[in-house]
Amino acid sequence: MDGFGNNRVMSIKAAYRRVVSDGIIYIIFVCLFSALLIVGIASGIHALFIVGSRNAYGTYREIPVAILISTYIFFVVSSTGLCLISSIGHVFGVKDFMPLARRCVYLSIVTILAGFLVIGLEIENPSRMVLYNIISPNMSSNIWWMGTLYGFAVVFLTVEFIFLLSAGKHKQAVIAGFLGVITEIAANSNLGGVFAMMHGRPFWYGPYFPVYFILSALITGCAFIIFFVLLAYKINRCNIDQPTRKALESVGKLAMLLLVIVMVFTIWKMLTTLVSGPSALAAMSALLAGPYSFNFWIIEVCGGMIIPFILLLVSRSKNLIIMFVASVVMIFSIFFTRLDMVIVGQIVPLYWELGVEEYSQLHIYTPSVHEILVVLGGISFCALAFLLGEKIFYGFSHEEQASAPEETKQEINETQELT
Amino acid sequence: MTDGLNHNGRKQEKIPEFQLEIERREFLKMGLVITGVFAGSSILSLVSNVRNAYSLDAYRNEYPYKPHYAMILRQDRCIDCKRCMEACVAANSVPDYGWRTMILKRRVPKSVDQKWEFIPILCNQCNNPPCVRTCPTQATYKDKVSGIVMMDDKKCIGCKSCIMACPYNSRYYNEAKKAIDKCDFCFATRLSRGMKNVACSEACPADVRVFGDLSDPASRVFQLVHQLQKPVWVLREEVGAKPNVFYIKG
Repeated sequence: MDGFGNNRVMSIKAAYRRVVSDGIIYIIFVCLFSALLIVGIASGIHALFIVGSRNAYGTYREIPVAILISTYIFFVVSSTGLCLISSIGHVFGVKDFMPLARRCVYLSIVTILAGFLVIGLEIENPSRMVLYNIISPNMSSNIWWMGTLYGFAVVFLTVEFIFLLSAGKHKQAVIAGFLGVITEIAANSNLGGVFAMMHGRPFWYGPYFPVYFILSALITGCAFIIFFVLLAYKINRCNIDQPTRKALESVGKLAMLLLVIVMVFTIWKMLTTLVSGPSALAAMSALLAGPYSFNFWIIEVCGGMIIPFILLLVSRSKNLIIMFVASVVMIFSIFFTRLDMVIVGQIVPLYWELGVEEYSQLHIYTPSVHEILVVLGGISFCALAFLLGEKIFYGFSHEEQASAPEETKQEINETQELT
Repeated sequence: MTDGLNHNGRKQEKIPEFQLEIERREFLKMGLVITGVFAGSSILSLVSNVRNAYSLDAYRNEYPYKPHYAMILRQDRCIDCKRCMEACVAANSVPDYGWRTMILKRRVPKSVDQKWEFIPILCNQCNNPPCVRTCPTQATYKDKVSGIVMMDDKKCIGCKSCIMACPYNSRYYNEAKKAIDKCDFCFATRLSRGMKNVACSEACPADVRVFGDLSDPASRVFQLVHQLQKPVWVLREEVGAKPNVFYIKG
């Protein structure tokens, strides 16, 4: 156990050895994701600085943001979810969730960085952002708050992760984790506020999204945890220990509850929009019975809500294979849910109600090759960091022993001995 | 928390009551801190707007800038000759993939006279501009003297949130400037150089576009906006952006 321990500096060489000596399939995936990450970054740089985003991306004046922003939302909302779900255990003291802490915090940092990578390749002048976000902040801008708070969240989560790696630093980890939770919630809600405060976009406008984003973060967090934890045990070729199994069972149950709440939210969003003005109604009609109906009914509703709920119900949160399938379906659907939210809010022309020829049709958006490559680059960054993290941090094993209070450690040891 | 423990016989025996009370207090404290920070950031993002809010009717009575530049479009006089658009392109070096002003066409088949009407559009230089509120770096701002919504190009990060926020589709990303471009009532190219009129208004052969200082009761734009005999309206009034571009017929 040379990876962790009291005041023990992790050996980079040992970590490197663990990565390269794992086996050919693992190495193939590491190489594949590395290549996709490089291609994604190159694609974004080519689009922004060589041919221009106007020529390379599928966005245009009427649809100024699209799949890159929705992917950014997908990642940062996942980060919030991972942070919140993990905090239930090691910050708020619910023992069932404790075995998840380290991996979740690590994945929370990874997903937020994946989001930053994608948005960095979407924003036209990222270098100016670094400077003017600090020297010329607009305190009335939700985007400023969102970006700043997510920036702080990365710092708090990193500090928390470092404390979680060190034995006897549980209290410090809790404090950093608590600060991480606060900033993540505020950032996430402000991200919802970016859309909720667009006066001119009736589909987005209103208090729905800031609340929905927090709820959605929780459900995404559950899906990510089930997916990555099960995958991690497969990669590390070991059986899932009892505390982790129990934690996954709790996450599964929580996911079911959250799915029901998401269904209620979605129904009310549908109903309230159907009795609103012509623009919002046109957007909702496109979602329910128009060009986005397949995305909505099949991917969002069936894939994102009904099928995972049934699968989790059938699995009784114990059958891990069914739970894994449920998490895959959920993650896939959530990605498209984010895309639909971003695009459908813009497809109705701003002068729709004026009845003019130029804006009598819904706008159409198709992602370009450059955009798809950047998205794949973001996903690859996440996958690569996960694969490397599992080896570098030794499969996050025995995390509960390092981070949990004494009585919990004892309990866990007893359980492990029994199993 | 106490309720949950009451149902769990084993834990209830182990944990003394005073400890539960402390845990509950700590939990409530955490909840209050989260709520406070979360609400604080959201409220701060609203504060700057509260100051500018005034009643719907007020935009034809209060003009906080001097000169308070505005435009009134005499819609029925527009013949879609597009000379305004050409003049705008020439005056402001607008690239072929963008526009600062354009003319929309509306077909009215049941009309007894002409079947088409033309609606010129441009930046409405709103008094409550959603683009200014959303810009993270104050790259777009409301000029304190003239009320024109301007761009500080060097601060623009190109996030395009202002394009999303604008209710009038008045913005586009200009590759040459590496910033968002929009109508500034020709401030950079004409008004700041001593000229009194904007390029589109000057080029219009039908006198559709009347530009001027709305804070000056003697100005033509004031006279047209303040008449009661003919209806004066703004586009997308429901958004509440308080536009400074008005429309009139007749």
